[in-house]
Amino acid sequence: MAVQLDRVRRVFNNTHVVIAGMDLRIDTGEFLAVLGPSGCGKSTLLRMIAQLAEPDSGQIRTEPDGERFQTAFVFQDAHLLPWRDVLDNAALPLELMGESKARRDEKARAALDQVGLHDALDRYPAQLSGGMRMRVSLARALVTEPRLLLLDEPFAALDEITRFHLDVQLRELWQRRGMTVIFVTHSVSEAAFLANRAVVLARSGGAIKLDRILELPAVRNNELRGDPRLGQEMRLLLGAIEE
Amino acid sequence: MKKTLLPPLIPFAVLTLLAEFLVRQGFVRAYLVPAPSAVFRAMLDSRVELVQALLSTSAGSLAGFAMSALTGIAAAVLLSSSRGVQRAFYPYAIFFQTVPLIAVAPLLVIWFGFGIQTVIASAFVASVFPVIANTLSGILSTDPPLRDLFRLYGASPLVTLFKLRLPAALPQVFTGLRVSAGLAVIGAIVGEFIGGGGLGSVVDVARTQQRIDKVFAAVLLASLLGLALFGLINLLSHLTLRRWHASEQPD
Ligand SMILES: Nc1ncnc2c1ncn2[C@@H]1O[C@H](COP(=O)(O)OP(=O)(O)O)[C@@H](O)[C@H]1O
Ligand SMILES: [Mg+2]
Repeated sequence: MAVQLDRVRRVFNNTHVVIAGMDLRIDTGEFLAVLGPSGCGKSTLLRMIAQLAEPDSGQIRTEPDGERFQTAFVFQDAHLLPWRDVLDNAALPLELMGESKARRDEKARAALDQVGLHDALDRYPAQLSGGMRMRVSLARALVTEPRLLLLDEPFAALDEITRFHLDVQLRELWQRRGMTVIFVTHSVSEAAFLANRAVVLARSGGAIKLDRILELPAVRNNELRGDPRLGQEMRLLLGAIEE
Repeated sequence: MKKTLLPPLIPFAVLTLLAEFLVRQGFVRAYLVPAPSAVFRAMLDSRVELVQALLSTSAGSLAGFAMSALTGIAAAVLLSSSRGVQRAFYPYAIFFQTVPLIAVAPLLVIWFGFGIQTVIASAFVASVFPVIANTLSGILSTDPPLRDLFRLYGASPLVTLFKLRLPAALPQVFTGLRVSAGLAVIGAIVGEFIGGGGLGSVVDVARTQQRIDKVFAAVLLASLLGLALFGLINLLSHLTLRRWHASEQPD
């Protein structure tokens, strides 16, 4: 699924211009990282793309148009329902969409399998580690087989080892599924490691300071973390942020 | 269980012994504070009357409390349905709470007559507000990302209410119920003072007969009733929330 933003503007309280007029196109199958200091409007942008909020002016189109439930959203924390076990949490989107119990359980199992959770399906969120909770959250997003996956600083609260694992896994999922991914982060290393393209936003007004196709191999694994090419991309992104 | 029951029993035992000592030695007049042994004897002597009164007060408290739980939760759901409804009606809920029960109780007798209905109504009036306030605040504080999630998958307001907002509010609903349980017993006793029956009447009559030991016996039973209701709600809360609420995790 492709996303097209034309002169998108978002203002809070009539005076606070968070995004002043953004033009951006994200093609089908891209893995885009959005970087920027906190408070610059990344979450606002993502919520508008998900149609959870409307721009004050301008347009956001998705192509193909008008298909429901093609978009999935992953938040900064797992935000699971604590009264549901892992399987029922992962199956929640299908339940809300009206799928039968048998079908949604089957799909939820498959989605949990994809994020590396084969057992513990009857455990409750309070009994899981932070990393496992985030995996369930990821499975919940994948369960509808979305064609556009939006992630808002999803792994920021996790320890680094767990984050590295999930980065690699997310990248593999993207390659297998061929979906479009927009990944918001304030981590330069994570953006460079994961994405094919990175956009750096200015501190205010949502101006795009850098829009770059990353020159890195398609396969991203932990070996790449020491690669000078990754370091080079990180320097470029960091330069744009601090400019 | 042992660990939570034992520590508070120690000061109770010490105080009881101290009171017994002070009264027996004549440091405190027995017509002001009875010796604990006298209270115990009054309890034994009037056990049939006291047990009957306790049962009657329990019935009134429980019925009033159940009404508060049901109407309180329902009212909170209605109030949460729109900001307009909330602005128009919530001030009345607050006003309702500030009405002095003791002054309204005679009115309840006029409306409901002498008997258990007045006791139930009084227990209800005393205990409904905490349920409304806590449930409403619970429903209104639903995690915004989860609301987004439900919207993303096209959930209707009704589905969101039953699958997200109400279950997410449960810890706060139980907080309201805990407060409300104690108030229901107080409300029932006030109702009994004026409408007659139960421990309220026992206290009232014993007072006029200067049977201070019996007053204490009845008050003690009323307190134990409140404690038992509180414990019951705690148990229900624990059973409902143990799997998911962090505060109920043993850690
Ligand atoms: N609902 C809202 N009402 C008012 N201001 C908001 C609202 N949401 C976000 N903002 C403001 O808009 C700016 C951008 O917020 P956000 O998109 O969350 O930034 P980021 O995700 O980049 O940290 C912030 O200054 C924030 O205070
Ligand atoms: Mg944000």
